[in-house]
Amino acid sequence: MIELGHLAAFLALAASLAQGVLGLMGVRALAGRAALVALGVMTLSFLTLVVAFARSDFSLALVANNSHTLKPMLYKVAGAWGNHEGSMALWCLVTLGFGGAGALWMRTGRDVFEARTLGVQGWLATGALSYLLFASSPYLRLDPAPLQGAGLNPILQDPALAFHPPMLYLGYVGFSFVFALAAAGLMEARIDRVWAREARRWALAAFIPLTLGIALGSYWAYYELGWGGWWFWDPVENASLMPWLIGAALLHSVAVTEKRGNFAAWTALLAVLAFLFSVMGAFLVRSGVLTSVHAFAVDPKRGMVLLTGLVVYGTFALGLFALRAPKLEGGKPWQMLSREGALAVNNVVLVVAALTVLLGTLFPLMAEAAGRTISVGEPYFRLTFVPMLAALLAILPVVQVWSWGKADLSMLWKWAAGGVALVAVFMALGVGLWDIPLGAAFGLALGVWLLFGSVWELRRRAVTWGRVFKMPLRVWGMTLAHIGLGVFVIGAVVETTQRYEATLALPAGGSGTVAGWNITLEDVRAIEGPNWYADKADITARRGSAKAEMAPTKRYYPAARMPTTETAIHKTGTGDLYVALGDRRDVDGETRWVFRVYFNPLIDLVYLGVLLMGLGAFFSLLPRGRIKTAV
Amino acid sequence: MWTFGVAAALLLAAAALAFFALRQNANLFYTPEVLAEKGLPTPGKDVKVGGWVEPGSLTYPGDGSEMVFTIIDNSPDTITVSFTGIAPDLFREGQGVVAIGSFDASGKFTARQVLAKHDENYQPRELRPLGAGPDQNAS
Repeated sequence: MIELGHLAAFLALAASLAQGVLGLMGVRALAGRAALVALGVMTLSFLTLVVAFARSDFSLALVANNSHTLKPMLYKVAGAWGNHEGSMALWCLVTLGFGGAGALWMRTGRDVFEARTLGVQGWLATGALSYLLFASSPYLRLDPAPLQGAGLNPILQDPALAFHPPMLYLGYVGFSFVFALAAAGLMEARIDRVWAREARRWALAAFIPLTLGIALGSYWAYYELGWGGWWFWDPVENASLMPWLIGAALLHSVAVTEKRGNFAAWTALLAVLAFLFSVMGAFLVRSGVLTSVHAFAVDPKRGMVLLTGLVVYGTFALGLFALRAPKLEGGKPWQMLSREGALAVNNVVLVVAALTVLLGTLFPLMAEAAGRTISVGEPYFRLTFVPMLAALLAILPVVQVWSWGKADLSMLWKWAAGGVALVAVFMALGVGLWDIPLGAAFGLALGVWLLFGSVWELRRRAVTWGRVFKMPLRVWGMTLAHIGLGVFVIGAVVETTQRYEATLALPAGGSGTVAGWNITLEDVRAIEGPNWYADKADITARRGSAKAEMAPTKRYYPAARMPTTETAIHKTGTGDLYVALGDRRDVDGETRWVFRVYFNPLIDLVYLGVLLMGLGAFFSLLPRGRIKTAV
Repeated sequence: MWTFGVAAALLLAAAALAFFALRQNANLFYTPEVLAEKGLPTPGKDVKVGGWVEPGSLTYPGDGSEMVFTIIDNSPDTITVSFTGIAPDLFREGQGVVAIGSFDASGKFTARQVLAKHDENYQPRELRPLGAGPDQNAS
């Protein structure tokens, strides 16, 4: 079977090569057909891999190294992409998927442009497939086949993590198609409104899964690592945040190009950068050059290949950009205080924010090259990234009412006064009533300000409340995304500043109090699962009349000789009561179990906010062809 | 043109901010040997320490929620670390460990996070120059 898959991958490589050559020659129909053939055979090839994992075919080296017969079926299947080679096969499949989707659904009426887009995508696919087949082949056999596999890293055996890599890859690799569109547009020096309408759709198609993928990864870290938090400014997290920020900047910039024809060069540059940052993310994660709590499937030699790819893609696209950007045509005239001006500031801040994340992520590497061991943690990001974003969000409700070309400033003072009043009220409440730090009060005010501003802007566009639901989906998309941002800010501020945590060391029958909750350890029992055994604590948590049975567990996976923490989470409506079981300790001859107990207030708002942003982007993608465009 | 002005101003401000933040918050890494060489960092400043957990040094002085252990390296010096919380899954005496936290004026290190190996094959990156630890033959 797997030989068939191996052969199919070679066919996909040949078809991609044909797509690359035919596309750059400008033959739209044939390039499109080649893209579909490549996608078809690669799907087949990937399926043979998945089947090999599902059937625990240990004659395949990849399966033997990463799977186990006792694993539940979901993790057998997900194991196909839970390792380096398999995830590269997924990367190839998604690259070809976007090529095929582009062949079917591009609608610009420009044959040569579309052919070239497919051509560039074909070359990107050729690169990815060559890397897969010649540097990290998942199709290799083992002889003799072992009787049992080595198992998948246990912390990856989790439902959220089964779907996290495919989502993230849809995002990362989705930007490859935006990159191809930009390259093809630059080749003919035509980054105009038609181009922007097309590019915007594909940028959204990449941005949505990227957003959801990051949320899934963060949620996994929240309940699986047992550290209570949802974002650790870890290099691997930063690697996904950077393309997200560039993607967010791109979505705002491409809207200007679509509506007004402005920012053409800048939009093309962002379209290129979004993919380059994605590849760089893959390089950082896979090469092992950075220490990470999420790192897996690390291999320095392969890192070099990815780095080479990054340099080749970057040189090609940025060189093309340097040659053609001066020839791009401008759009309609605009003044500094206008929607264009506001969105320019939005873009500069988002890109600079991405660059500060880049600096914080790479600085330890640079220091190491200089012979010093240094790490950069949360305080750096809190000092740089957070104030920049806060400033951006603070002006959003004020400037989003500005019109294209020239803003009507008659409302400016009312908005500014309203904003300042809101912040003042929250500061006073925060200090006087809620007893929270000033920064937290400011953050809360910012979130509420965003919610209010987004809803108000929707109403302003609809003129009356009654017509709000007749607004185009695209306006709703923007509104939802900005509401999501506000919800996220409120959740993030409250969770980060008001989180309560404590450590308890309890004997069976003992109890302690955390955040008003009385935590009683009833007993600790030994239990067994399909491929693990575990210590399971039975805990009763009481607060007033509220009562919850919780069962934090520590699992041990013999195949991988590795324990994992299964936290217990009780949703209270105002936040999560979160208990992680630690090690057993003998204190004065008595056996005690250590627990880390957190109360994470409003943590759900963090994820709800991100989901709303994804949903908003989805709404923006829906109304195809409803926007009038001059061709 | 003005966009370039705004962009340049923002970039400069961000660069200054980032430089300041890095100076303040880049955590230096101390092994016992480095600590003896350079002396105590400012009490309360966030730093990282690392080395091997000295076999036999782990104690629970209070009700069991606090753990105290000693970090050693190839030098005669040591660092005493106090940590209140759950030890990482693969925390063992004799194995490599990295702790993030701060020193007090007396030289005792209070950790807010302790990192050990992720799995049987992984050593924290900072510890690679130290070579194999004392228990490498034990397991």
